[in-house]
Amino acid sequence: MPPKTSFQKWLRRKGSAYGFLSMYALLFFVFIVVPVLAAFLLSFTFFDTIQFPRFIGLHNYIALITQDDTFMRYVLPNTIQFAVIVGPGGYALAFLLAWVLAQLPRIPRTLFALILYSPSMTSGVAMAVVWKTLFSGDQIGYLNSFLMNLGIVQEPIQWLQSPDYLMTIMIVVTLWSSMGIGFLAMLAGILEINPELYEAAALDGVSSRWQEIFYITIPSMKPQMLFGAVMAIVGTFQAGAIGVTLSGSNPTPQYAGQLIVNHIEDYGFLRYEMGYAAAVSVVLLLMVLFFTRLSNHLFASEE
Amino acid sequence: MRRNWFRRFTGVRNRGINPQGFHVSQLKFYLLLLPLAVFMLLPIVFIFSSAFKPPDELYAYPPRFFVVNPTFKNFTDLFSKMSSSGVPVSRYLFNSVVITLVAVAASILVSSTAAYALSKKRFKLKQTLFAVNTVALMFVPIAVTIPRFLVIERLNLLDTFWVHILPGLAMPVGLFLLKQFMDSIPNEVIEAAQIDGASDVQIYWRIILPMIRPAIATIAILTFQAAWNNAETSALYVNTESLKTFAFYLSTLTTATTGANAVAGQGIAAAAALIMFLPNLIIFILLQSQVMSTMSHSGLK
Repeated sequence: MPPKTSFQKWLRRKGSAYGFLSMYALLFFVFIVVPVLAAFLLSFTFFDTIQFPRFIGLHNYIALITQDDTFMRYVLPNTIQFAVIVGPGGYALAFLLAWVLAQLPRIPRTLFALILYSPSMTSGVAMAVVWKTLFSGDQIGYLNSFLMNLGIVQEPIQWLQSPDYLMTIMIVVTLWSSMGIGFLAMLAGILEINPELYEAAALDGVSSRWQEIFYITIPSMKPQMLFGAVMAIVGTFQAGAIGVTLSGSNPTPQYAGQLIVNHIEDYGFLRYEMGYAAAVSVVLLLMVLFFTRLSNHLFASEE
Repeated sequence: MRRNWFRRFTGVRNRGINPQGFHVSQLKFYLLLLPLAVFMLLPIVFIFSSAFKPPDELYAYPPRFFVVNPTFKNFTDLFSKMSSSGVPVSRYLFNSVVITLVAVAASILVSSTAAYALSKKRFKLKQTLFAVNTVALMFVPIAVTIPRFLVIERLNLLDTFWVHILPGLAMPVGLFLLKQFMDSIPNEVIEAAQIDGASDVQIYWRIILPMIRPAIATIAILTFQAAWNNAETSALYVNTESLKTFAFYLSTLTTATTGANAVAGQGIAAAAALIMFLPNLIIFILLQSQVMSTMSHSGLK
């Protein structure tokens, strides 16, 4: 039966497309778009969850820059230190490991890929058990016992409570679990490259493996490099709760492991200054946006 | 004969990317990877080892890494235990299993239908919507915990079963991977089906879904990991103890860092951590080849 009205026509042609999209679009809107917009709007208000949000202009942002001593002295430097080492560091490591794995035959490659990927399958809460035992502050702790046996330290060290070590441990633990989906994408990308490209390059005088990586491998898999970069950036900022998980307290001891994510929780859920917390969230989202733009410039495919 | 054997390990075909067999030049890579693999595996081996340790080995001094007399005592202790509010541990596990199953099924449905529209249908907003989703790849959920809390509160989802499921269903990475994978299905297949009079729903169900199995396996894994490992939803959005997840219960075991509770809980916590980790591992091993074939479509242009 042919459709009669123009609405029925539209429904037949385009309607089903929107129908298929609707569930995802609705959930996307409610749980991603609205919260991001709400964070943006709330960041211009004073909001303590009891009274209705009161508009205060840029006050939260000004306070963040001029009055929030903790933020400027600890949170921002910590976040930058953590992000610079874990982000680009973890990303470079993921690429190099993917490249090394691609040099192996299929069976050992799959085995090693599984081993390297398996830490990223673990959850923060499950691994907290392990880290707390390994880095335990008394002499029963594995690291302490090991170092004391070797005679490197005399007294057990409070690894997770000590401002000197907490950040280092956070970085090691996060790098340990950073070979995730971006790593798999880059491995797949390297394996997809047409072998003839390498042969052609060899004829053109590309001789060392390093030259091969920079002139053939990376340019041929820019899309995967970009995907990996975005995943690394998101993973880095998403991993921010690790300091609180390890030390068991927010704020972390002497703010040594305090990252921007913990700062948001501190203000939002402990002090109920939602407007201020929202402003910090917006700063975090802008940081992610900035780094993603940056990697876009590095790995954009030339059209 | 000898010569051939030798050539097997030095031949040109075994050098470079994706070699067919072993070659002496690969030795350096093995030397690099082996210690690293040991480092990556140590904490995981440690969970296995601790979960089966009897109490005297857990608190032995000097501490021993590997278990000597393995026992299931930690597991039986775990399941005979009640949480402080009187909910048996098996209840948390049951919640986690149900939540994870529903989340995986719903996520596959939601993302694959949307991916079908974005990949194979023609409509005005198509490019824009896909671009929006690509931007959302860099969405960091942890940054908007607070506004999300307000949204969930307004929708009356606080303290319900669905709060575990709904917020995670719109997963930009999942939609992205599915759509990219679907793009590799030739349009002719769909046109042929249309000529045969198949409706959109039939095409989606009978043709598209069977052809994108690897991508579905991949987002099933991603959703599984997110849902199974999720302790935050229970901590932030759920009050009723009998609605919380196993991951949350585990986090209550590990936050007791001092005093007698920490000492008593360590073996139990290790057993629980093993229960958390094993399903992730098994599912990934079963589906890893599907994941890899999806990942080769993951490029971001």
